[in-house]
Amino acid sequence: MSGQIYFEDVVVGDSLPTLMKHPTPRKLVMWAGASGEFSEMHYDKDLALQKGFPGIVVHGMLMASFLAQLITDWMGERGDLKRIKTRNEQFVLVNEDLICKGSVAKKYVEKNDHYVECELWVENRKGERCVSATAIVKLPAREADRIGSKK
Amino acid sequence: MNEMISIAEEFLKLIGVEAEPEFWEVEKGHIRRFAQAIGDPNPLWQDEEYASKTRYGGIIAPPFFLIDTGLVKFVDRLVDMCPQKANINGGTELDFYRPMKVGDTITTVAKLSEVKEKTGKGGTMLFLTVEVIYINQKGELVARCRNTFIRR
Repeated sequence: MSGQIYFEDVVVGDSLPTLMKHPTPRKLVMWAGASGEFSEMHYDKDLALQKGFPGIVVHGMLMASFLAQLITDWMGERGDLKRIKTRNEQFVLVNEDLICKGSVAKKYVEKNDHYVECELWVENRKGERCVSATAIVKLPAREADRIGSKK
Repeated sequence: MNEMISIAEEFLKLIGVEAEPEFWEVEKGHIRRFAQAIGDPNPLWQDEEYASKTRYGGIIAPPFFLIDTGLVKFVDRLVDMCPQKANINGGTELDFYRPMKVGDTITTVAKLSEVKEKTGKGGTMLFLTVEVIYINQKGELVARCRNTFIRR
């Protein structure tokens, strides 16, 4: 996590720092325990194959959480995540290398608040998008800080 | 084909019917284990000393904390209605209104809001949309989730 980013620092097209993940079977078990999501295709290979999955698959919500980490790391402690919308595009098998990426799509001011919309996605080693998402964050603005400190 | 149609009819009867509310305590240890499962070292979720100096005044939960938990029991019931079919998470839409803080009690209320049928090369699939609201002990709206599940 680097220093606080401000609305004025953001340029549409900026890339967010890449986040690498490698969900192991142990990590899937930890996620199941912490989230309460105990569906068998995330730890029982026979049942996963029986149900038509290609093997033990990573929870969609865990990958959504990777993208949430990507954006919360970038927005800093003074940022506010307002909305995230994810789409699971293809199955991800356990023990795959995942590359979480993002870029700034829009920035705007609404009712004196400063917002940035980012495209986020999880890629596998073949460069295929496995999860895509859009996130909206509210960022602090130096101008607003300056006005605020004059009051 | 007929099987899916009768399953869809069963789901259609549930649309808009809210499940019984469920209650969840926001606990520091649970948040830590959740963050560790993700591999997210952000001190806001884990370091009391750091978090107490921020505007939050203490540890808060990462964005997806309790989101799944609020969905699972309701979705398990939907899965049990036709357990032979696979249940795939299509995606999540989450709106955040305020953070979850250690010591909060979150009430979750889930319902099925939409059922759609699609026939493709794989056969007939059902798309179920589940909505959950998350409210804290002060009656404040914390988050709203819309999740799509695919049954095939």
